[in-house]
Amino acid sequence: MNGKRREACAGYLFMTPWLLGLFGFTLIPMLISLYYSFTDFDLLTPETWIGISNYVKMFADKKFVGSLGVTFKFVFIGVPLQLAFALLLAVLFKKERRGIRLYRAAYYLPSLFGSSIAVAILWRRIFNKTGLVNQVLALLGIQGQNWIASPGTALNTLIVLQVWQFGASMVIFLASLKQIPTDYYEAATLDGAGKLRQFFSITLPLLTPMVFFNIVMQFINAFQSFTPAYIVSSGTGGPLNSTMFYSLYLYIKGFGEFQMGYASAMAWVLLLIIAAFTGLIFGTSKNWVHYD
Amino acid sequence: MQKTASITIRRKFRVGNLVFHVLVIAFALFMIYPLLWMLTSSFKPGTEIFKSASFLPETWTLESYTYGWEGISGYSFGVFLGNSLFVVALVMVGNVFTCSLTAFAFAKIRFPLSSFWFAIMLGTLMLPFHARLIPQYIIYNDLGWVNTYIPLVLPKFFATEGFFVFMMTQYMRGLPREMDEASRIDGCGFFMHYWRIILPLTVPSIITTCIFSFIWTWNDFFSQMIYLSKIETYTVALALRQYVDAMGNSYWGALFAMSIVSLMPLLFIFIGFQRFLMDGVTMGSIKG
Repeated sequence: MNGKRREACAGYLFMTPWLLGLFGFTLIPMLISLYYSFTDFDLLTPETWIGISNYVKMFADKKFVGSLGVTFKFVFIGVPLQLAFALLLAVLFKKERRGIRLYRAAYYLPSLFGSSIAVAILWRRIFNKTGLVNQVLALLGIQGQNWIASPGTALNTLIVLQVWQFGASMVIFLASLKQIPTDYYEAATLDGAGKLRQFFSITLPLLTPMVFFNIVMQFINAFQSFTPAYIVSSGTGGPLNSTMFYSLYLYIKGFGEFQMGYASAMAWVLLLIIAAFTGLIFGTSKNWVHYD
Repeated sequence: MQKTASITIRRKFRVGNLVFHVLVIAFALFMIYPLLWMLTSSFKPGTEIFKSASFLPETWTLESYTYGWEGISGYSFGVFLGNSLFVVALVMVGNVFTCSLTAFAFAKIRFPLSSFWFAIMLGTLMLPFHARLIPQYIIYNDLGWVNTYIPLVLPKFFATEGFFVFMMTQYMRGLPREMDEASRIDGCGFFMHYWRIILPLTVPSIITTCIFSFIWTWNDFFSQMIYLSKIETYTVALALRQYVDAMGNSYWGALFAMSIVSLMPLLFIFIGFQRFLMDGVTMGSIKG
C-alpha cells in the first residue's frame, strides 16, 4: 500500500466514530422524522401516511401560529438586546485596569448559570406577586403586579432572562477587541477622531466577523429555547399561551399528546426557519461583515 | 512632551475612573442581586422568605438545606447529584476521545473528501436538535433504553458535538508543523502521532471541552426530562423540577437551598478554570 492510500485509510479510520454518529444519530433520524412528518403516528399504533396534512393543519392551528409569534418576539427582541449589552460592556472592559478581571467575572456569571433549572426557578419566583421585584417596587411605593401570571408581561420576563445572559458573548467580543492593533486608535486620535467616531469607524467594522458569528449562534440557540418557558409556565405555555415557545409546543404535541407525526412536521418547519434565517444572514454578510 | 501630556490626561481621567467604577459595580450588583437574594433566602426560615423584603435573614438557619437534602420519595438529593455527575463524567469521556480523534483526522491527515466532511460537520452545528429528536426517542423506546442513561451518553461516543470537533480541529491546526515532520521521521504511525504527540499538546483544548461538556450536561433539562421518568434515575435538574411540582408555595426555602447546591459545581468550575472560560481561548480559536 502506498503512502497516500495509507494516509487516506488512516483518515477514515480516525473519522469512523464521527461518520457513524453522523449517519446514525443525525442524518438517518432526520430522514425518518421527515417521513413521520407525513404520517399520523401516536407511538402505539403503526403510523399511517396522510401526505401533507400535518403541514396544512399546522397553519390553521392557532396555538402553532401563536407559538411562532411568541418565539419570534423572544428571538428578535432578546438576542439583539443581549448582543448590544455584550458589545457595550466589552468595549467598556477592554482596557486593563484595577478590578477589571473581577468585573468581567461578575458580568459573565449569569451566562454560566442562566440556562440552568435553578435560575429558571429563581426567575419564576422573583417575578411572582410576592417576589423580589415587587418587594423592591413596594419599597418605592409602587404596587407591582404578578408579572409571570399576566399575559402582557410573562414573555418579557423571559426576554429579560435572555438579555441577562450577555456575558458569554461579551467574552467573545473582548477576545477579538484585544486583537485590534492599538495603532489604529492612535492614528485615529491624531486625525482628531473622537471616541464615538472611533467606535463606529474602527471597532465596529473590525468586530463584524464576531458579531456575525454571535448573531448566528445566539439566534439558533434562542429559537430552540425551552427550559425557562417550561419552568415559568409549569409546562403549559401560559398564561393564555403567552410563553408558548416553539420548542415547548413541539414538546407538548409530541410527548404530551403523542402526536409524533405533527411534532415531526413542526421539527422540520423549525429546521427550515433556522435554515432560511441563517441563509439570510450569510447572504447579507457580504455587505456588512468585513474581513481584513 | 509626550510624557507630560499623558500625565495630564491621567489626572483628567481620575474622576472619570471613579464614575466608571461606581457605575460598573452598581450595575454588577443589580445583575447579581437575584442570585445573592436566592443565596441569603436559602438561610431564612421558610415563613420569612416572602414576608420581609430584607436581604439578610433575621434568623439564620440551615433548615431549608436539611429539609431539601432529604429529597423525594426516600431518595436524598445526594442521589440526584451522583446521577448528574455520573452522566457528566461519561459525556466528558465520550466527547474528549471521539471529538479529538475526528479533529486529528481533519487537522493532520490528508484524505479524500475531508473538506466536504468538514463542511457537513459545520452544518450540523446549525441543526436544531428537534429534527432528530422524535426518531431517536422512538428507537430508544423500542430498544428499551428509556429510563437509562444510554440515550444521554451514547451519542457523545460518536463525536456528535460538532462544536468540540471544530474547536479541537482549529487548535490542532495551530500546532507547529515541525511536530508532524519529526514524528514521521521517527516512524511513528498515525495513532502514535495522535496519542503521544498531538493529544498532550491539545490539553488546553481538552480542558475547555471538559468544562463545556460539564456545564451543558449539568444544565441540560430537555433530554433528561424526556428520557428519565423514574425517580431513582433523576438528575439534579429533574429533581429540582419535581420539587417545584411537589412542594407548592410553602417550601420555597428548600427549593432555593437545593438550587444553590445545584449551582455550586458550576461555581467551582468557574473559580478553578476561569482562564479557560474568560480569556476567549475557546472562541478565539473559532475565528480561524
